Amino acid sequence: MHNFIYPNEIDLQWSILIVLYPFLTGLVAGAFILASLERVFRVEAVKPTYRLALLTALSFLLVAPLPLQLHLGHPERSLEMYLTPHRSSAMAMFGFVYLWYLMVVLVLEIWLDYRRDIVLLSRSSTGFLRVIYKIMTLGSDNISERALHIDERVGWVITIIGIPSAFLLHGYVGFIFGSIKANPWWSSPLMPVVFIFSAMVSGIAAVMLLYMALTKLRGFAVSVECVDAIATYLFYIFIVDFSLEMLDLIHRIYEADESFRSLDFMVHTSLWIPHVIVQILLGTLTPILLLGVTQVVKLAVPVRKRIYAIAGCLTLVGIFAMRWNVVIGGQLFSKSLLGYTTYKLQLGSREGLGTAIVLTLMPLGILYVLAKLLPPWQQHETT
Amino acid sequence: MNRFKDAEHLVRVAGVFLLGITLFLCFRAWFVPKSFGQYGHYRADSITEIAALPVIHAGHETCETCHADVLEIKKAGKHAGVNCEACHGPQGKHAEDPSSIKPALPDTAVLCARCHEANTAKPKWFPAVVSAEHSQGLPCNTCHTPHSPHIGDKK
Repeated sequence: MHNFIYPNEIDLQWSILIVLYPFLTGLVAGAFILASLERVFRVEAVKPTYRLALLTALSFLLVAPLPLQLHLGHPERSLEMYLTPHRSSAMAMFGFVYLWYLMVVLVLEIWLDYRRDIVLLSRSSTGFLRVIYKIMTLGSDNISERALHIDERVGWVITIIGIPSAFLLHGYVGFIFGSIKANPWWSSPLMPVVFIFSAMVSGIAAVMLLYMALTKLRGFAVSVECVDAIATYLFYIFIVDFSLEMLDLIHRIYEADESFRSLDFMVHTSLWIPHVIVQILLGTLTPILLLGVTQVVKLAVPVRKRIYAIAGCLTLVGIFAMRWNVVIGGQLFSKSLLGYTTYKLQLGSREGLGTAIVLTLMPLGILYVLAKLLPPWQQHETT
Repeated sequence: MNRFKDAEHLVRVAGVFLLGITLFLCFRAWFVPKSFGQYGHYRADSITEIAALPVIHAGHETCETCHADVLEIKKAGKHAGVNCEACHGPQGKHAEDPSSIKPALPDTAVLCARCHEANTAKPKWFPAVVSAEHSQGLPCNTCHTPHSPHIGDKK
């Protein structure tokens, strides 16, 4: 602690779990946007990742509320958000956004897309799995051409509804931070937009990495055309994301309001490594540069794949650092603008590093089960 | 008829959603207390329920009727504005039956530190000490009178 800080600011109220929450929802929104590229914008090259992106979005969405539940305690009370909704609370209304996105967008779209496979699997499988698939068919095994055509059209409409829903899902997280006018580090109308674009960046990078890793693990060849297309989208969206973040930064520097000196000091001291080094240099400029090289120079396929893998990992590190700097950074300085505190990351506590690691890995476990139940892989993959 | 047959699964999924919504509404009707929302975003019955709870604090006026001597000491010191039950805890039962229910004396080594332990967040004018260095574990009332803690000339 340095200089003058109010008593209620000594301990940070929002821990690493609150960092994890926007990171996870960002991956959900980004993965869904990647899926919509194929469905709505007919980008055929990214087709191998379509189903994987949907399952990834579902896996991460199922885990996304857990950091909040663990942070707040009393998870049973979260039900009251639905039973007695408080319309003036953005956080409370988000429960409905979450439910809408989970049930109407993701579950329904996955069900419609997989319906043919589910019906076929319900016929070919045996034992307990057969019962599961039978339940999933909802008692209808009509997979006639016309029925599947109807599924395709309805799925398309759901994806169209899903795109603004994905924006709403993650824009809301930025909205919560951006509307806290008492905190100059957060209070910015650009916050929801920056969150949406950073979500797209992280989700696309995550699905690209998952696709590359899982395809390799299964012993199949990664579709170069597919990863090339994803990397191109990642590159352009990253540029927009970085431009928005820089616009926010330049605006803050030019405006230089009463909080500027305090925030500037923080960026040059306690946030120097996580913000400048990790987020901007390592997690933003380096992947943009790496992806930019692949767009300009004709590199060999193995080199390109390696670059995509490195750029994807760095992107995830950078976006996590961005969430860290927003959530933790916003609590490191005093409202007096004259003092600073520090965040001690615990290891084994309810809101410690161990819990954060478990919560980050948990969606991968769910994805494993989902991928076993509903294989997202294409029939004609090459080895 | 055929047209409907090919969209039957959509009717089924809509049925599942409808069933879910109906079950939710039934659960809500059963779970949410009837008086919820009568005055605001809370259960109106809670007002009467809370009002019916036994009073556990006596209030400093009640304490002062018997402990006038302590009031005189307190009035002259820095703790004049601190309510009796802030340190002694709720004393409603003691006030009702002072002869048989005697409150335990607080452990000053713990109690005083709650406010007076040094902390960088505390304003400079507020008396605060690092108790481990200041008193080496001795109770504060070894030297200070808790009701008027200043040692030396009274201001």
